[in-house]
Amino acid sequence: MTAAIDLFSVVAIGAGVFFFFAGAVGLLRFPDSLTRLHALSKADNLGLGLVVLGLLSRSGSLQEALKLVVVWALVQISGAAASQMIGRALRLEGTRK
Amino acid sequence: MTLLSILDIGLAAIVLGVAAWTVLARDTFGAVVGYVAYGLLVSIVWVRLYAPDVALTEAAIGSGVTGVLLITAATRLSGNRTEADRGLSIKVPAALLSLLVTATLAAAVLLLPDNAPSLAPAADQGLAATGLGNPVTAVLIAYRSFDTMLEKIVLVLAVVGVWSVAPDRFWGGAPAPLGRPAPQGDLVLLAKALTPIGILVGLHMFWVGADEPGGAFQSGAILAAMWIVVMMARMAGPPRINARWLRLTLVAGPAVFLAVGLAGPRMAGAFFAYPVSVAKPIIIVIEAFMVLTIAATLPMLVAGPPSRKSAP
Repeated sequence: MTAAIDLFSVVAIGAGVFFFFAGAVGLLRFPDSLTRLHALSKADNLGLGLVVLGLLSRSGSLQEALKLVVVWALVQISGAAASQMIGRALRLEGTRK
Repeated sequence: MTLLSILDIGLAAIVLGVAAWTVLARDTFGAVVGYVAYGLLVSIVWVRLYAPDVALTEAAIGSGVTGVLLITAATRLSGNRTEADRGLSIKVPAALLSLLVTATLAAAVLLLPDNAPSLAPAADQGLAATGLGNPVTAVLIAYRSFDTMLEKIVLVLAVVGVWSVAPDRFWGGAPAPLGRPAPQGDLVLLAKALTPIGILVGLHMFWVGADEPGGAFQSGAILAAMWIVVMMARMAGPPRINARWLRLTLVAGPAVFLAVGLAGPRMAGAFFAYPVSVAKPIIIVIEAFMVLTIAATLPMLVAGPPSRKSAP
């Protein structure tokens, strides 16, 4: 059972790290701000979600697990709002040019 | 070499890299972004040094609130920028001065004796008398309470300094609203969703600060951030600077602290001494008022001097 839990968390965290890596590559390589934003928000949403999922199975108590979920949810709210704001700022800049 | 020490070396390298990038950045906004990233990385360094209290403060104040302040300043400066080359007569002395400071700091760190003199055991011994569980809070509010009170006065003086650059005709008015005027649904949503949670987290951090990492400064910074978010979403404008509740909130922390300090000789026989039996409740009351002051001071620093006439 513990081996299965270990395997699950390793796979989930590994997948999360992959999404962060892909997001970082996208941030460095994509041609314009909107596509870079797209790459970054994927890393935030899925990468962090998978890392939290992997850590959940290793958390010692319910309180610890809830804290992890709250951290993920807070990053979701602020990340989504920040992405929207950057996107709108880009659009406004585009129409002004 | 263990995996952890490899990660530590990598972290230190990234901190140095981001610091260099921040110093070398050509435009103000880029430098500010670098500075915020630098602050977040330094707070991870503090976690690795087993100093979670400092890490929280660095993340909240060093990176968060200072970042907002600098971004606001950068935006205000961008209108009348003078990117004139300063010339070698300024650059060379500035570089020399920076090098001197860096060399002095490096020498101070490298010349530390192997068994650095430490007051930590003494601080731990006195902990029981304060009724606290967190030695950092004990140092701040009990052992060196006078210094901490003076720091709060410095914060209030900073607000007075910002206000004092206001033109006479705007004195007593409100600072300009933060953020953009256009309706910003996303920011309003963020303010509505985040503020209740942020207030809860801030109060929690103040409450656990007695026994665990946290305390007045971190808590006040989080509450301040919530107020700044609400003001940026234009859900509430900055208050008039002559509002009585604002003035009272700004001075509440140092005033209560000073009153307790002055009562010290009568209560416990010395200036800023607390009677052992009620030390913890007194410390909690002082911290509560300091949270109020910090939560009001930082947003007022961000809002800047008044720029509108006061209401008749």
